[in-house]
Amino acid sequence: MDLALQELGDYIAGQLSREIVDHGITNDELVMTAHRDAVIRVLTFLRDDANCQFRMLMDVCGVDYPDREYRFEVVYNLLSMTHNNRIRIKVSADEETPVPSVTGVFSSANWWEREAWDLFGIYFSGHPDLRRIMTDYGFEGHPLRKDFPLTGYVEVRYDEDKRRCVYEPVSLNQEFRDFDFLSPWEGTPTRLAGGEKAGDEAKEANKDGAK
Amino acid sequence: MGVISDPASVSGSSLPLPLPNGRGEGEATAAVLRAVEGELTDKGFVLASVDKLVNWARTGSLWPMTFGLACCAVEMIHCACSRYDMDRFGIVFRPSPRQSDVILVAGTLTNKMAPAFRKVYDQMAEPRYVISMGSCANGGGYYHYSYSVVRGCDRVVPVDIYIPGCPPTAEALLYGILQLQKKINRTGTLRR
Repeated sequence: MDLALQELGDYIAGQLSREIVDHGITNDELVMTAHRDAVIRVLTFLRDDANCQFRMLMDVCGVDYPDREYRFEVVYNLLSMTHNNRIRIKVSADEETPVPSVTGVFSSANWWEREAWDLFGIYFSGHPDLRRIMTDYGFEGHPLRKDFPLTGYVEVRYDEDKRRCVYEPVSLNQEFRDFDFLSPWEGTPTRLAGGEKAGDEAKEANKDGAK
Repeated sequence: MGVISDPASVSGSSLPLPLPNGRGEGEATAAVLRAVEGELTDKGFVLASVDKLVNWARTGSLWPMTFGLACCAVEMIHCACSRYDMDRFGIVFRPSPRQSDVILVAGTLTNKMAPAFRKVYDQMAEPRYVISMGSCANGGGYYHYSYSVVRGCDRVVPVDIYIPGCPPTAEALLYGILQLQKKINRTGTLRR
């Protein structure tokens, strides 16, 4: 399976030597990085080539890496029903650089690109109707960016006098509480600090030392 | 219901009211009128039994406006289905706010939904009641700090019953509805 995926990756990279920057297998999944401007060519090739036939676009999503020069990544997940294969294509972007819209290749990309625009502010050039899809009407900002505050800027309440819902700046009456002592993203340790097994590691180290 | 057998319930005037059993008219009427007068001097008002009848009717046919917003809606469905069977309390879900007496807010109320929710509430006829179901509707719950969630649906509408839980079980919802029936029985009047 891995070998087949590797071969497929090499084949695609060979055919699209100018468009594909990098390819490899991560967690048994084929991942490719493409040039931003070539994304339409890459996806068209993957859809139409007899050895690929990735006819379904499963997902388009955005990722925010604030430290990078091009902070956003757009990820396309494709599925080939014919060959029972999946592939992931990544391109980079930032606030100003537009990514070509792939709605002409996969019409299902329409709403996903709107979602990526809404939540990250990634601009897709050539999109037929690039407006917000999920957040509130008149929402300002892109909430999934790392620099967007969790609680946002406005909150809603009903005003008895105006007889409608009004927006007001956020005021949290309750202190922000954080119960996460250890970040779950950095791997959950088997022994939690302060837990009943907390001292075991030191004991074991001592035992090893004694031997 | 006692509406018919309680002739003094309508007014406190000294009209000679006939009693249904037809015996000891003068004496019984005088006793009733004395009691009414006592109520009036004691409390300053007379509770008429027609309220009881109205409350009985209201509690016996609480038609909820379904407002399932999230996973709580599934528990609401459980409550309505054959196992808990809300129909036996006269509770029949209505898809229209104009035909319903109570709105069941089941789930996370987002900023985007808030104006629509208020509009639905405004379309309901008086008397109307609100049941807030689950942590999210009560106070934002898991999404309390979120940028897109209303921190409790009582910021948008006045709430009568809060049901805690995440999500509350179908039994809890049923209990909440029974509590609302109690509340209506206790406080409901014809006058608004």
